[in-house]
Amino acid sequence: MSLKRISAVFLRQMFLITSNPTRVAGIFIWLVIDVLQWGFISRYLTSLGQDSFSFVTVILGAIILWGFMSRIQIGILMAFMEDIWTQNLINYFASPLKISEYLCGLIMTALTTGTIGFFIMAVIAGIGFGYTIFKIGLIIIPFMVILLVFGISIGILIVSIIFRLGPAAEWLGWPIPVVLSLFSGVYFPISTLPEPLRVISIFLPSVYVFESIRVVITEGHLNSMVLYNLSSGLILSVSYLLITSAFFIHIYKKNLQSGNIARFNAEAL
Amino acid sequence: MEKNGILNIRELTKEYGTHRAVDRVSFSLKEGEIIGLLGPNGAGKTTIINMILGILEPTEGTIEVLGRTLKKDSAAIKKRMNFAAVYAHMPANLTVRQSLIVFGLLYEVKNLKERISYLLNEFDLVELADKKTGVLSSGEMSRLSLAKALINEPCLLLLDEPTASLDPSVSRLIRDKIKAYSERTGAAILWTSHNMNEIEAVCDEVLFLSRGRILLKGNPKTLPMEYGERNLEELFIAVAREPLSLWEG
Repeated sequence: MSLKRISAVFLRQMFLITSNPTRVAGIFIWLVIDVLQWGFISRYLTSLGQDSFSFVTVILGAIILWGFMSRIQIGILMAFMEDIWTQNLINYFASPLKISEYLCGLIMTALTTGTIGFFIMAVIAGIGFGYTIFKIGLIIIPFMVILLVFGISIGILIVSIIFRLGPAAEWLGWPIPVVLSLFSGVYFPISTLPEPLRVISIFLPSVYVFESIRVVITEGHLNSMVLYNLSSGLILSVSYLLITSAFFIHIYKKNLQSGNIARFNAEAL
Repeated sequence: MEKNGILNIRELTKEYGTHRAVDRVSFSLKEGEIIGLLGPNGAGKTTIINMILGILEPTEGTIEVLGRTLKKDSAAIKKRMNFAAVYAHMPANLTVRQSLIVFGLLYEVKNLKERISYLLNEFDLVELADKKTGVLSSGEMSRLSLAKALINEPCLLLLDEPTASLDPSVSRLIRDKIKAYSERTGAAILWTSHNMNEIEAVCDEVLFLSRGRILLKGNPKTLPMEYGERNLEELFIAVAREPLSLWEG
């Protein structure tokens, strides 16, 4: 692995993002809208008289962490699509850049935008609704690690599919965070879901994070269930990362055989 | 003095299902040598270049650069070569300087700042350095592509129609720069073009491809006469229209 080559992929994306204020705004605007919208909804629900339960605390915490994960996944997708839209893949893969280095560059880009997005959401939640996400305590670190790794895995899975099926499959990437949120227990406990749908949730690392957050916030301390959830979430997310990375490399090798890399642009496939 | 071998291709073959796009092609390139790869559209020129670039896997055959096999030492080999192709666009949303920085890092160029400064001067890009590549004219874009292709001072340069769609003045400028680079550094160059005058002016040897196979090879100045044609262009047309008669001949 060459740090210089990884930084080339990262720098190319940073040049792009910082070249135009609308690109920067485009990355963070939805996160801001999410925090504001759910902040006001939570405040309204709290005003209905449920004094024993703080909607703001439970929902905003989950929204911020979910926004972080979505931003990671979309960050990888966006960075990859930029290379397709500008037909840059041939330049990349004809250079000494290894496929693993390219992936690392995409991940670094997503991690940077995701982390900035997280802090922006945290600041807005603090100023607008008096909510401090860091009140959850240090346990937020393993929560974020699980979501980060899962977000990267989903991002890699989507770009693998696009790499295989062509840029026309791009639309697959955009609704995935919404679909996953239904089964991840972001807005409600998964016990709310009908029994058959809960089976899907078992396989999502994000479920273990959001179920644990509710426990930590309502009980105010860790218990054995939270630790079990953290272990399950971590094992699942790391497994998915290994599987999706291997899948991406497999698709890359297939494209080397078929010649798709040389003719990979928005019209050709 | 015996020149060092830079590129050695043996029995290179590419099949897509039952279609054989490149059929057991073998040739080699020595230090300072410029070989023209000619042939009608679909003859297999770009397929051969893509296989040497490592973005297309051969079905059979081997590619060696500086004595190392591309399949085994891909990253190390690619650091010593580069390319410019009419179909490989530079990212339109980066500036000229940003593009050179990114590619300089990809090729792990030492003293990158100085190298970029030299290339901007050499290719008359100083005033365009902070312009986005998407707004450059064809000639400016070709100069940038060539600057990028030389960023790592490659010992093997692959050029796929580097002067396509350029006016004669810019074409000659690009051609002169490439030839000067090869003479100065001893870089070997594989060059495809449909401009026969250009090939005649630049190349030491030409390989005529037809239907994925090397049909003819030789000196571009003497080869047409050997086959009863007046010049390279007429030989090209004969290859394109009646390859079998030449093959049998």
